[in-house]
Amino acid sequence: MAESAVSNGLRAYGLIVGMWVRSTMAYRTSFLIMTLGNFLATGLDFVAIALMFTHIGELGGFTLDEVAFLYGTTSVAFGLADLALGTMGRLGQRVRDGTMDTLLVRPVPILAQVAADRFALRRLGRITQGAVLLGWSVARLDIDWTVDRALLMPVMLLSGGAIFGALFVLGGAFQFWAKDASEVQSAFTFGGTTLLEYPPTVFGKELLRGVTFVIPLAFVNWLPALHILGRPDPLGLPDWIGFAAPLVAGGCCAVAGLAWRAGLRAYQSTGS
Amino acid sequence: MVVGNGVGDAVDALIELDGVEKVFQVRRKAGLMRRERREVRAVDGISFRVPRGEMVGYIGPNGAGKSTTIKMLTGILVPSGGRLRVAGIDPSRERTRLARRIGVVFGQRTTLWWDLPLRDSYALVRRMYRIPDDRYRHNLDRCVELLNLGALLDVPVRQLSLGQRMRGDIAAALLHDPEVLYLDEPTIGLDVVSKAKVREFLRDVNAEQGTTVLLTTHDLTDIELLCKRVMVIDHGRLVYDGGLDGLHAVGESERTLVVDLERELPPIEVPGARTVRVEGPRQWLAFPATSSAAPIVAAVADGCPLVDLSVREPEIEDVIARMLHGAEDRAGRTT
Repeated sequence: MAESAVSNGLRAYGLIVGMWVRSTMAYRTSFLIMTLGNFLATGLDFVAIALMFTHIGELGGFTLDEVAFLYGTTSVAFGLADLALGTMGRLGQRVRDGTMDTLLVRPVPILAQVAADRFALRRLGRITQGAVLLGWSVARLDIDWTVDRALLMPVMLLSGGAIFGALFVLGGAFQFWAKDASEVQSAFTFGGTTLLEYPPTVFGKELLRGVTFVIPLAFVNWLPALHILGRPDPLGLPDWIGFAAPLVAGGCCAVAGLAWRAGLRAYQSTGS
Repeated sequence: MVVGNGVGDAVDALIELDGVEKVFQVRRKAGLMRRERREVRAVDGISFRVPRGEMVGYIGPNGAGKSTTIKMLTGILVPSGGRLRVAGIDPSRERTRLARRIGVVFGQRTTLWWDLPLRDSYALVRRMYRIPDDRYRHNLDRCVELLNLGALLDVPVRQLSLGQRMRGDIAAALLHDPEVLYLDEPTIGLDVVSKAKVREFLRDVNAEQGTTVLLTTHDLTDIELLCKRVMVIDHGRLVYDGGLDGLHAVGESERTLVVDLERELPPIEVPGARTVRVEGPRQWLAFPATSSAAPIVAAVADGCPLVDLSVREPEIEDVIARMLHGAEDRAGRTT
């Protein structure tokens, strides 16, 4: 039963996304301009960092290339989640105006419908921008590519995407109760990316503990990246901790799934 | 107690409700910090059965619990109490399984994708409901023809007028051959032509496909033209279940014949009607809603120089109000 709901959900997600992509492609020029805009807008933050580095040699002991590595991994991980689930923020709006009801009368899971609603392919811009920067930094950094490091690279990006994705779903679920709470979600998702673009060493220990043990954003890129870059963790956690990223991501997804179900159940008993 | 002759206790009931309740917790600001918690019984123990193939009107004043009932029947809301089955399925437990077998039209909001042309919305519905190709093509062709959708298929939903959108929505709800069709105010805000088209189509669907239809409305003409049976809900309780004639009889409601005469005349006197208002050459004659207008029109035309005439149906709120008062009066008389 649960398994068929998952496959049914993925299928529905694919159907709705496919339709939005086709409808986007009807206006190809507009799509290209929007994607380029997304590419440039999301890259501006790095321009600011690069400008900073014209005055300083390193930031928290990290070179520009290393910061670019952190920036690129954050952008790709967040970009994946944003592409797949970025429209979850509209859920509160749907609850407020009552269009949530129209999703509930269709024979497919609500999460798939909400997540795929108005799927915006232009968000590929952020992923592209992150990937370009990541490639650039990897080419300039002298990384000792052992097997475990090479393996950790894709694992880090996918786990990071999953952690951000879980945060999107969690934020969405929260909006079943607090209808105007899309900003709370943004604080953790968009706020999280801004944090992870910088080296962990520039932040206080309390904050680092918070994003390691409470909201495990550190597993998106910091902890795996420290292993790849061959740097110690400022909290003194063991070197292998970066490999826990997929487990942490799985845990986040489970929590988000439970929260989503609870939120939907609350909606179905109050209807608003 | 439910007034009326309680049709629909048939064996093959497609919709079954037994003592269904829905209680909302409403929190209200009471002063600066204090919040008052209050229980609202939106649906307060409703029981009825609708046999397969029946077309039933579900009416009542605003806030009576009509929409809440429909939301429970579709699985959008979980009932607080009682038992509820649609096609043998408990809606809130197996929402997605039920969704394949029901069609829903909300008059106030569309189930279509706002930014997409109708054609794309329908294609998506086809794949979501896994409708076999031949059924889909057959149903779509039929809807396009009968609801005049041909010219609208490539227009984004947001550019459609209310009447066009409603027709588009009704078609979307019927593409997967639902056994039950719920219509929440399907004619609200529509012009006369659109209303007529929608009604004609619904009657055809019910007659030809045997689709069971439950509709809420504010327009008594919808009920008159479509439903043999009408249920009235008030304050979350079912107060009437029977034919529309019976409802008029219980409420002693009246239709109004408005006549324009060639010149000012004293109040007309014809059997079966009474003149309730005279304004220059125009006169208003009230007669029981259960009787025909024809003999009265004939009698008026016989004795007076007639220029024009029209018949006004009673407002649904008036009929219900009169029915409720009538029931109270009778209860008062018997005790």
